[in-house]
Amino acid sequence: MQGHPPRRGGLRVVGKAHRKTDATAKVTGATRFADDLFLPRMLYAKLLRSPHPHARIVRIDPSRALALAGVKAVLTGKDLPIPFGILPVSQDEHALALDKARFVGDPVAGVAAVSEEIATAALDLIAVEYEPLRPVRDALDAVAHPEPRIHAYGDGGNLHKLINLEFGDVEEAFTAADLVREDLLFFDGNTHLPMEQHAAAADWSADGKLTLWSSTQTPHYVHRALAQVLELAPARIRVIATPNGGAFGGKSDPFSHELVVAKLAMVTGRPVKITLTREEVFYCHRGRHPTLMWVKTGVKRDGSITGMHFKSLLDGGGYGSYGVASTYYTGALQTVTYHVPRYKFQGARAFTSKPPCGPKRGHGTPQPRFALEVHLDKIAEQLGIDPAELRLKHLVPPNSLTANWLRIGTMGLGACIEKVVAGSGWKEKFRKLPDGKGIGLACSSYITGAGLPIYWNPMPHSGVQLKCDRGGGVTVFCGSTEIGQGSDSILAIIVAEVLGLDPFDIAIVTGDTDLTPVDLGSYSSRVTLMTGHAAIQAAERARDVIARHAAQKLGIPPERAAFADARVFDVERPERGLTFGEAVQLAEAAEGTVGTVGSYTPPPSAGKYRGAGVGPSPAYSYSACVAEVDVDAATGIVRVPKIWIAHDVGRCINAATVMGQIEGSVYMGLGEALMEEMAYRGNRNVVHKIPSLLEYKSPTTLEMCDVVTYVVEDPDPNGPFGAKECGQGPLLPVPPAVANAVYDAVGVRIDEVPITPEKVFKALRRKAKGEEPRYGPDRFPDILWPEPIRVPPPWEGGDGTATDGGGRARTGKVVAVARETVRGS
Amino acid sequence: MPDTKAKIALELNGEPVEVAFAPHKTLLEVLREDLGLTGTKHGCELGECGTCTVLVDGVPVLSCLVLGLACAGRRVKTVEGMAEGGKLHPLQHAFAELGAAQCGYCTPAFLLAAEALLAANPRPTRDDIKQALAGNLCRCTGYIKIYEAVEWAAAQLRGEDAQPAREVLYGHP
Repeated sequence: MQGHPPRRGGLRVVGKAHRKTDATAKVTGATRFADDLFLPRMLYAKLLRSPHPHARIVRIDPSRALALAGVKAVLTGKDLPIPFGILPVSQDEHALALDKARFVGDPVAGVAAVSEEIATAALDLIAVEYEPLRPVRDALDAVAHPEPRIHAYGDGGNLHKLINLEFGDVEEAFTAADLVREDLLFFDGNTHLPMEQHAAAADWSADGKLTLWSSTQTPHYVHRALAQVLELAPARIRVIATPNGGAFGGKSDPFSHELVVAKLAMVTGRPVKITLTREEVFYCHRGRHPTLMWVKTGVKRDGSITGMHFKSLLDGGGYGSYGVASTYYTGALQTVTYHVPRYKFQGARAFTSKPPCGPKRGHGTPQPRFALEVHLDKIAEQLGIDPAELRLKHLVPPNSLTANWLRIGTMGLGACIEKVVAGSGWKEKFRKLPDGKGIGLACSSYITGAGLPIYWNPMPHSGVQLKCDRGGGVTVFCGSTEIGQGSDSILAIIVAEVLGLDPFDIAIVTGDTDLTPVDLGSYSSRVTLMTGHAAIQAAERARDVIARHAAQKLGIPPERAAFADARVFDVERPERGLTFGEAVQLAEAAEGTVGTVGSYTPPPSAGKYRGAGVGPSPAYSYSACVAEVDVDAATGIVRVPKIWIAHDVGRCINAATVMGQIEGSVYMGLGEALMEEMAYRGNRNVVHKIPSLLEYKSPTTLEMCDVVTYVVEDPDPNGPFGAKECGQGPLLPVPPAVANAVYDAVGVRIDEVPITPEKVFKALRRKAKGEEPRYGPDRFPDILWPEPIRVPPPWEGGDGTATDGGGRARTGKVVAVARETVRGS
Repeated sequence: MPDTKAKIALELNGEPVEVAFAPHKTLLEVLREDLGLTGTKHGCELGECGTCTVLVDGVPVLSCLVLGLACAGRRVKTVEGMAEGGKLHPLQHAFAELGAAQCGYCTPAFLLAAEALLAANPRPTRDDIKQALAGNLCRCTGYIKIYEAVEWAAAQLRGEDAQPAREVLYGHP
């Protein structure tokens, strides 16, 4: 892949703080979100959802609904019988439940009517006969009750996926340790809560073309799902990703409502729109997996790790979604921060009778990061080492391989720790604050895009087309999706940098499968790196064409043609030059339309074992966080007045959006640390308890803390201009930093997120009674793991391939619908 | 459902307007569906998130909880009415420059709530801003850039030649 393009006189556009290209539309209300579309003769759709957490559908009779005046169509499962799912190994969803409902809220029928009111009224007229089945309440329940099965595939019973990976002999490593510590921790589920409810509109043209507008992060995968389920040629389907009103991973699966409005448009011949209610958004979910974790680590007296064994058990909800990848991610990134010479990971995902879990900001890594950073805080205390020092002394070296064969590039974690330690006054405060006040530290790392695509293929992950206009404008076409993170601006800034233009001279067309080359989507923090490289390549190719003809006109060799301030000029005599528009005209006259393409494929991964597809990334970002807390011992209420966060972003492309992503990540991490949880009623119906914005607690302005942000720039040769991600990583260290600070404040360990007043209060009561001053899980269930896949770490020989081991459970009937290796997401 | 439409007159973004709509409709629905002003958003339609905030007679209200009929003869302001003569309101300018609008979905509501605050209190403290905006949820920004934008716009509205501090856009050294 190309490195940095040659610069003359440094960067002019990249790295500065820019207004986003779409900011004016967003502050004037001009941005058209999916529900803002009103098409002539448009119908409104509504979904009937299951009231049962697990039930066989015996009969559906839509006849009374169809008879209601204004109802134009009713669909049930048999109208859309082809299964789909985001991962090739988990094609387990139907647009409308075919034979079984798997959670309260699972869609079973869809109605199109002339108004939303009539569509809603029609839902009550659809008669559905259910035969309730035993629901599975949570992951422990799934382990204990293999029958009745929620799905007829997976790794046995109600276990969807089992993973067992071993990188060196950890038992031997534990015997060589001075201290071996085990901890059990739990991270509860929470949800994305984007302010925009999901919405989609479909239009079917009589010439057999379907257009779908949707608030989706992944128009490419929606395109694939529509073609598969509707049995239409992909060339006849156009998916337009409308700007997302927040997403955070919650709009990255193809959804039932998208398929249903498309089919309703085909059946009725009229445009159809659906906008989910807030309650339905909670049922779509795909949020953080509730995860039970057990970690055992051996350390020497100096804090160096000899080996680590990590187990996770994920509550997946009713469908696969990204869950297989999520499960791998709960074990993938433990090795990229501190040197772990031997490592063993066992992960399990259970099917349960709740809305499906999937990828939320940090995808499968905030849970193990919470566990690891709290665990290390306890180890540091036992060893009598300052937790910041412990981490600083054992950082993974830059440009190295980890035990599980992840290739680290630049590594700015040391600089991050030093920033937050100095800024927060850590050394003066740690274990020295008055009772009730505390300070805690934690670190983290995250991928900058996955090294492998979800569907294995040798094609690029991101493509850009670029068109130069005679008037001096440039249009960039890219399949990436603007979800508020500023991805459109990244394209404008990078192309402006290479071609010497102003970012606002660049027109951006994104997220439209008819107009733009494929970009896989806005997930896994991949967009800046991958679209950035594709944009650089396209822009450099355009620059070369234009330079050739401008140089000829100026009578200089092409290498002397410089691009800046919307001019092309002789770098040695800058006053001699042409406007960019004149230069484009010369090129167009000589060679025809000036249009170029660029694309990007990540470098190959070092690991070649089964399961090595999750974890590799072109570059890893690093974060360090210090949180200060006030704990009220009488109520257990934890307040967080201030957080210091440092993030190694490689290099800023747009400094303003880097700041926004870091602050937004801290906010979301704070919500997860203190209050956000998907709570379900404890009865057998497993009814979702709080599907509303009022009862699902998220931080308002009154709970949000002050944030002191440090941006660390350690440019990575794999990043465009050295850039790494910043949209997810800074969330990860916040929950463990808060937990560690609570311990510093009142001497109790809350080994469970969220850290609610009730848990703090109970732990304080235990402390007062002389019991273990802790709140958290007390056991990890026995799981019949498959034989481990054994892969020697790089320093024990080997080449990244497994020396032995399969991947399947030793017992249990295995009915996998697909056997492709799951790649990253 | 044959509805008899109700017709009201109101002042909308400084102009007299007449509109006919089904009488059960909320102000949110009337604005979006009958007046074509989709700049006003919704996040719950239950009065929980603040996303549908508009100003009625200068006071922030949740348009999902107000009947359209209740707005007869009132002064309603939406985000579409903030910019004048093609020039952004200082709040809009500050939100755009600092990245206080990320996905932009909650932005119209925050802008109007902030405008009402600044009309009543031209020199708000950080705590005043937090209190005034506590009924509006934002999931993208962590509110920090919103506070900074309101403070910057307040200074501009007071006629001060203010610029955001360097650490607002680039972080601390």
